[in-house]
Amino acid sequence: MERLKRLLPSVTVMALLVGAWWLIVAATRSVIFPTPWQVLAGALELARSGVLWEHIGASLFRVGSGFLLAVAFAVPLGLWMGWVRGAFATLNPIFQMLRPISPIAWIPIAILWFGVGNASPIFLIFISSVFPMVVQTTSGVHTIERRYLRAAGNFGVSRATLFRKVVIPAALPQVIVGMRIGLGVAWLVVVAAEMIALRSGLGYLIIDSRNAGNRYDLVIAAMIIIGLIGLLLDGLMRLLEGLKAVEWRYAR
Amino acid sequence: MPAKIVVQDINKAFASDQGPLPVLERLSFSVDDGELVAVVGPSGCGKSTLLNVIAGFERPDQGLVTIDGAESVRPSAQGILISQHGSVFPWLTVQQNLMFGLNGRVYGERETLADHYAAMVGLKGFEASYPHELSGGMLKRAELARALVVKPEILYMDEPFSALDALLNLRMRNELLRILSEERHTVVLVTHDVEEAIHLADRILVLSSRPATLQAVFDVPFPHPRKLSSPAVQELKVAILRELGVDGDSA
Repeated sequence: MERLKRLLPSVTVMALLVGAWWLIVAATRSVIFPTPWQVLAGALELARSGVLWEHIGASLFRVGSGFLLAVAFAVPLGLWMGWVRGAFATLNPIFQMLRPISPIAWIPIAILWFGVGNASPIFLIFISSVFPMVVQTTSGVHTIERRYLRAAGNFGVSRATLFRKVVIPAALPQVIVGMRIGLGVAWLVVVAAEMIALRSGLGYLIIDSRNAGNRYDLVIAAMIIIGLIGLLLDGLMRLLEGLKAVEWRYAR
Repeated sequence: MPAKIVVQDINKAFASDQGPLPVLERLSFSVDDGELVAVVGPSGCGKSTLLNVIAGFERPDQGLVTIDGAESVRPSAQGILISQHGSVFPWLTVQQNLMFGLNGRVYGERETLADHYAAMVGLKGFEASYPHELSGGMLKRAELARALVVKPEILYMDEPFSALDALLNLRMRNELLRILSEERHTVVLVTHDVEEAIHLADRILVLSSRPATLQAVFDVPFPHPRKLSSPAVQELKVAILRELGVDGDSA
C-alpha cells in the first residue's frame, strides 16, 4: 500500500504524458508518427512472431559479453593500480586520456579490427564500460581508511593476506558502484554499436524499422523496451549492493 | 623485575610549513611488566604520537624505544593498538574480525578462540553480526576482543572509551579491569580524562603541552575496586589537574 502511494505521482505523470502524446498525434493527423496504441500493437506483433525476443537476446548477449570481459579486465587492473603506486603513476594518465573519447569514435577502428560480426559491438561495449570500472576500482582502493590498514598491519599479516582480506573487501563497494556505472554505459552504447551493419539487436531493430518503410511504431517500441531493460539491469546491479559484505558502505 | 617498555630520551618533530614542529622532547620513562600506565596531557600535546612511536607505527627522530630489550621498529602482534575511532573491519562479522589476527592456526581452533573472547567481552550471540549492526559500546568490545584474542603482551589504548557516553565509558572501564584481572597485560593508556586514568592506572604520567615533556609522575596506590568519590582519589585528581594547569576547585 505504501509502495503504491509512493509510485502514484510518477504513474500519474506517465499516464498524462502518454495521454498528451495520443492527443497531439490525433490532433495533428500525423501519418508517420504513431499513437501509443499503434506502438503497443507493433510491439505485440513483434513479440508474437518471436523476432522481438531474438533482438533482445542478441543485444543482451553482446552487452553481457562486453561487460563481463570489461569486469574481468578492469577490476584486477583497478585493484593493482590502486595498490601499487608505480602502476597508478604509469597507467592513470593513459586512462584519463582514453576515457573522454566517446565509444562511438571507436566504431571505424572496431570495424577495421573486428569486421561487422558480433566482435565489433562487443569490443565497443568493452571500451565503453572498462574505463569507469577501472577508475572506480582504483579510487576504491585509494579511499580505504588508513586505520584499517594500520590495524591489519598491527596483527602482522602478510601482504598477500592484507590484500585479500582488507584491500579487496574494503574496495568492493566502490567496485560495485563501478560495475553499475559500467553496465549502464554498456547498455547505452549497445544501440550505437548495433548500428554497424548487423542483422540483429535492438539497435538494429530501430534503424531497420525506419529504413524499411518508416515503421516509427517499431522505432518507439524498441526505444521503450531498451529503457525498460536498462531499468531492469540497473535493478539487478542494485541487488549486489544489498550483499552483507558491502552493506556497511551503503547503509547510513 | 626488568622493565617491559623502556623509552629513552626520545625526540620527535613533524615537518610543517614553518619548519620542523617539535612534538616530543626528551621523553624518558619505563613501564613494568603487567603494569597499567596512563598518559595524560593537554589535548594536542603529542600523546597519540608517543603511543604510535612506542607501538612502532612511527620512529622517533632521536632516542630509543625498547620492548623486552629489543628496539621497537615496526608494529607487531606483540602489542596491539586500540584507537579512539576504532578499526573493527566493517566487512567482516564479529567472529571473522576476531579471527583476523589468528592466521596459522587450525580452523576449528580459531573459531573456538574467537568465540571465547567474544563471550569474555559480552558479545556472546553477536558472533555473526556485522559491525554496522552493533552499538558503539559493542563495537568497542569487539575491538577489545580482537586485540585480546591474539594474546598480545601489551595493549596500547589511545582514548579508547572517549567516544562513548559517560555511563558506557564507566561500564567499559570496569569491564577492562575485570578482563585485565583475568589476563595479565601490560597496558599503556593515553587519555585526557584524569578520572579515567585514576580509575584504571597503576601509575600516571603527566605530559606538558607541546612539545611534550614528562612533567610529573603520580603513583596510584589505591587497591581495586576503586571508589572514585573517596577523598584520597579526589585529592589525587586535584593534584593532577593542577599539573595540567586547571584549578582544582573549578574541575
